[in-house]
Amino acid sequence: MKYSYFPGCTLKNKAVELDESAKKCAKALGAELEEIDEWQCCGGVYTTAKDEIATKLASVRALANTREKNQKLVTICSACHNVLKRVNDDMRNNEYVRTRVNNYNAQEGKEPYGGETEVIHYLELLRDEIGFENIKKAVVNPINLKVGTYYGCLLLRPSSVMRMDNPENPTILEDFVKAIGGTPVVSALRNECCGAYTAVTDKQIAKTRSELITSSYAKKGAEVIVTACPLCMYNLKENGGKEVEIVYFTELLAKALGV
Amino acid sequence: MDYNTLSENIKYISDVNTKKCMRCGKCTATCPNFKEMDIHPHQFVYFIETGRLDRLLKSQSAYKCLTCFACVERCPRQVEPAKLIEAVRLTLVRKQGENYLKPDDVPCTLDEEMPQQAIVSAFRKYTK
Repeated sequence: MKYSYFPGCTLKNKAVELDESAKKCAKALGAELEEIDEWQCCGGVYTTAKDEIATKLASVRALANTREKNQKLVTICSACHNVLKRVNDDMRNNEYVRTRVNNYNAQEGKEPYGGETEVIHYLELLRDEIGFENIKKAVVNPINLKVGTYYGCLLLRPSSVMRMDNPENPTILEDFVKAIGGTPVVSALRNECCGAYTAVTDKQIAKTRSELITSSYAKKGAEVIVTACPLCMYNLKENGGKEVEIVYFTELLAKALGV
Repeated sequence: MDYNTLSENIKYISDVNTKKCMRCGKCTATCPNFKEMDIHPHQFVYFIETGRLDRLLKSQSAYKCLTCFACVERCPRQVEPAKLIEAVRLTLVRKQGENYLKPDDVPCTLDEEMPQQAIVSAFRKYTK
């Protein structure tokens, strides 16, 4: 089956391994990711103020282009996923934003967009489209590691819009780890923020947050921590306690599938 | 702009109804970064509701919010304080010359591994 794919700015630069491993694994599992044409950076963070219209346009362009292909739009980076799903939700349910964004669209000669595209995260592709049971069958090298399942903040919240999993007691990453032959290690901080963009302006905040998170996994005996987000990867790896190795969840999947 | 008008504007762009707050303080209790703030999430709600913006607009607290949405998810009254804090941050940086992160300051904050996503996000939060 074919899916449209929005990689985002970081997967083409600092997180190339996330992009490449995800595409290889999807192919091995019978899902083809077709990168959409002329995508633009999502902006990294969703701006909640309702008079912020221009900051939503790049996402709407990607969403509207995908509508023409009639495919689901797959994202991997937690930030792209958060921004695209929330902008899409605004276009479906927020008349104030929809009208103003479509005024810009009209100037570009485009049809109005009303949130028709469905955005899914790569983990949802694995769970809902391919199925963890089928992944289990495709595993050739069970990973046999204690894997810390780190969600961060952007994957699950706000749950009313993300609709991916229970925001306080999620299971999708744990079920993924079990499917590839690992043992999930759950930390109470798995859905708490790593410090995010404060790494640019207030490094100490990112350090405090990330050290707390990595040490919580180290204490529980995790041999590796998985994340879906390049910014979590950076903070946990560079600003965290360095006790545990951090990898993208797709890198473990690639190992397990032998691709 | 006087404080009452400014409060109304912050409420309008954030789409937050501060009157729904029952002052339970759960937003501050769950905030992963409250120790860095001299004005805490529940105080943002109270100060804006009552138009007491003098301390709020002088504080750096709006820049310490990680927009992780813990307070939004866990508020029992759906007040959504992070949206209010975002509106305060925008009110601050939309003033000419008041960017919290200036482009000229970026190069010295970078290191080899920093992802593009961090810089783009910081710009969107701290700069207009």
